[in-house]
Formats: sequence, C-alpha cells, structure tokens
Amino acid sequence: MSVLQLTRAVYDAIRAHGEETYPRECCGALLGTPAADGWRIEASVKARNTRTDSARNRYSIAPAELVKIEREARGRGLSIGGFYHSHPDHPAEWSQADLAEAHWIGCSYVIVAVALGKAAAIHSFLLAGNAEEDKRFVAERIEILESQETQFESK
Amino acid sequence: MELPELSQDELLRYSRHLILPEVGEEGQRRLKAARVLCVGAGGLGSPLALYLAAAGVGTLGLVDFDVVDASNLQRQILHSTNDIGRRKLDSAAEKLQALNPDLNLVKHDTKLSSANALDILKDYDIVADGTDNFPTRYLVNDACVLLGKPNVYGSIFRFEGQASVFAARDGPCYRCVYPEPPPPKLVPSCAEGGVLGVLPGLVGVIQATETVKLILGKGTTLAGRLLLVDALNMRFREVRLRKNPDCQICGAHPAFTQLIDYQQFCGIAPSIQEEIRIMNGVPQLTAAEVKRRMDAGEDLFILDVREPFEYQIANIGGTLIPLGQIPHRLHEIDREREIVVYCKFGARSQRAAEFLRQSGYSKVSNLAGGIMAWSNEVDPSLPRY
Ligand SMILES: [Zn+2]
Ligand SMILES: [Zn+2]
Repeated sequence: MSVLQLTRAVYDAIRAHGEETYPRECCGALLGTPAADGWRIEASVKARNTRTDSARNRYSIAPAELVKIEREARGRGLSIGGFYHSHPDHPAEWSQADLAEAHWIGCSYVIVAVALGKAAAIHSFLLAGNAEEDKRFVAERIEILESQETQFESK
Repeated sequence: MELPELSQDELLRYSRHLILPEVGEEGQRRLKAARVLCVGAGGLGSPLALYLAAAGVGTLGLVDFDVVDASNLQRQILHSTNDIGRRKLDSAAEKLQALNPDLNLVKHDTKLSSANALDILKDYDIVADGTDNFPTRYLVNDACVLLGKPNVYGSIFRFEGQASVFAARDGPCYRCVYPEPPPPKLVPSCAEGGVLGVLPGLVGVIQATETVKLILGKGTTLAGRLLLVDALNMRFREVRLRKNPDCQICGAHPAFTQLIDYQQFCGIAPSIQEEIRIMNGVPQLTAAEVKRRMDAGEDLFILDVREPFEYQIANIGGTLIPLGQIPHRLHEIDREREIVVYCKFGARSQRAAEFLRQSGYSKVSNLAGGIMAWSNEVDPSLPRY
C-alpha cells in the first residue's frame, strides 16, 4: 500500500477548505515531491471549483488554473502530486464521477468528508494504471508530518 | 475528393511511410493532397515546416514578414548564419525546396492581421500556429473557429512548452481555455524571458506529428488535451480541456462573429496612443482621459458590460449590464447621456458600443484597454484578475 505524506499544515488546510466552502465542494491541488512509496506533499493550493452547476457533487479545476499551479509548483521545486476535494455530507469514498474526472495517473486523490459543516474522515486514493483505459483508484495510507510548510493561494 | 497519384520517385521516397499500415499509399496520397498553413517561420515553424515538407505534405503555406537575425539561430533551424539579414520566407523556401523539390510552397510575405487572416487561411485544410505573441494567437484561433479549420497549437517559454489541437470538430478552442489574454505587462516575450533553443524543436515536432495525424485521420490527436512540456525536468503532463459553452468565439452564443482588433484585445498599444482613435465608428478613450472627465464632473453614463463576478473583483463604478443582457435591457441605458462602455480589456465593451450605436445611441465611446488599462494607468490599487 502506498503512503501519502501530508504535512500537518496541508492536512489542516484541506479540512479547513472543506468546511469553508460547505455545503459546496471545495477542490485544490497538492504540491510535493515523490517519495519512496508515494508522494510527500508540502503545500496545497486552493482552486476555484468551476462546476458552478452542481458544485455539491462535482468538482473541476479550470485548465488555465491548473497550468498556472503547475508552473508555480515548478518555481518552488515541487510538482503536482495530487488533488483534493470535499464530499459535503457524503462519505470520503471516491465516486464513479471522481474516477472519470481523474487523469493524472500516479497522483494521489484526497477526499475529505464534511458532515454538517465539520470536516470528518479523510481518505486518499492513488490513481493507478498505465492509461485512461485501465486507470483505477487504489486506497492508500495517509501519514501526517509535523512541519512548518503552509498553503499558498492560487490567484 | 480525388487523391493525387504518387510518382515512381515518390513511391521510393516515401517507402518507409508506405509500409506503415496507418499511412500506406492512401495516406501518402492524402499527405500529397493536403494544404497546411504554418504561421511563422521561426522557432516552432522551423521543425514544423521541415518535417511536413519531408513527410510529403503537398502544399505548405508560410506566413512571415520577419528578417533573420543572429539571435534567431540558436533555435530557428530553418535559417543559417549565411541567412542573417535575409527575409525568413526566402531563407525557409530555399531549405524546404532543397529538402523536397516537389513541395508546393506558398509564401505569404505579410503580418497576419484581422484584415487578411480569413483570406489567407481559407485556402488551407489545417493551420499550424507557430506564433510567439498573444494577439496573433487569438487571431489564428478565432479565424480557425470561424472557418472551421483545426488549429494545431504550440507555444514555448523558457523551459516550458504547450501543445494542443484547437478548434477541431466539437473540440475546445484556445479561447475556451484562455478566455482573455494575460495583461501585457505580465507577459515577457521569449526575447525578454529567454527560451531554451531545443524546446521549439520538441514542441514544433509535436505540432508536426499532430498535423500529420489530422491529415491521415489516424490515431488520437491532442484535441481536448493540453500537453505541458517541462524540458528542465523532462516531464510531460496533460490537462483535460472542455469546450466552454460560453466561449466568446466557439460557444453557443458567440460574442463575436467576425475578427476583432487583437492588439487592442490584448491590451497592447491603443491606450498609450494619445490621439483619439475611432474603431467601427466608436471613439476609443484612454483610461486617463475617462478619469480626467469623471473628475471634472462631466455627466458620463459609465456602463460595465462584464459579468457580475468580475464586477465584484474590481470595478470603477457605473451600471453593470453583462454584454449578453444588453439587448433586453436597453431601457436601463439613458439615450440622452454620453455613454462610456468598459469591460476587462476593451473587446466586449467595443462590441457593446457598436451594438448601442446600431440601436440608435449617438454618444457612445469605448474605454480602450478596459479596466486593466485603468489599473495600469489610473489606479494601480485596483485588483488585477
Ligand atoms: Zn468526489
Ligand atoms: Zn472556444
């Protein structure tokens, strides 16, 4: 089983973001470096959920914003290692829509459940496979690192 | 369409293609029949044109008005040291004809503009965009959408490249991804920011590959995907693209149905010029001028035609009526007063101003460069977005 390492600050930021946008879904990107058995995430970037139509159960990051996040990550010596989003009043398990929308094979997809406005369970899934045709989510373990790193906002 | 026959020489020349099931004789004949326009004979245009000529593309158009400079040679492999000072078109033609004498090369010795783009593009099947600036990039995109021709896109900056196929059937266009250009001050060109010399080779060859696949009708193109090339770490990633139903050019209700002034759209030039310019009958005011007149207490009806969320981010006051709602909300716009229309960069407001003029409003002007020009010239504290 792969391990997703999150700094305490990132872990807290994901939960706070989920509570902040409740009852809508929040989403963002996770920046870090590859470790032996998964990603080591050192920063998170809040993204705007462009799915205004059904933001309660869908999320999507605008391509231009993603390009910008990727560029900013590179500027900090990091790369996009994953994405997170919230499930307002839903369990922290991936949906078919989540899998269909996930395209970054090798990246971690973190889901935080937000129950009645409070962040609850948080789970991570590695997008495994070689191509769109055989991609699949594999549950991974989250490990929290106590560290100083903070989130920064994507403008 | 009847595909041209291949000569004995061509059968030999393209034998490595002919034995590929995905190309074969029919594919090679398709290539021979194909007409591709390459915009720019520089960094991206060089590998693009060379490989397309080598692959047996029958007709290749080149648009360029530039002259070879010593600083081009680090990446523009169509040109060599002896070509410094020559027109890029002449230098390119020599290399391409030497590579493939059967090539029908069409030279367009001009700067692509709103005035000539549709006329030039209409004779080609596919457009490959090798331009290095935003106004031309939007121009090429919009012209491709209007003509229904695929736009094989590539761009490079420092160590970073992008490639995609825009405006393919039912696929997204450049504007779906980037509805508006970044403010000009935030955009260093390759001249200012630098570019790794081999990067245009990498990206231009991807464009050539996509062009060939489009001609053959084989494989999966980059339509709907934006390929990100990070040469420094040698990493390729892709971002999925969706067609934007509200896209200003390819959406269900396009904001424009003809080409616009792309220099102005990209916030370049007009706001700096002091004399009053008039575009399609609409006077163009600079931000400084509008500010001066507002401060002087002139009775101006300031009309903001952006979307409500943009107004929330930054505004200079006035009445907010999004562009799409104007036809139904004319009664809210006072015919007697002088109207100054603004948006983010000045393109939507120009459309609105033209519409108001057609609807009988006589005193309508456009804030050239939009609220971004205002932020540049009048009030730097105004948030940029
Ligand atoms: Zn989900
Ligand atoms: Zn579009």
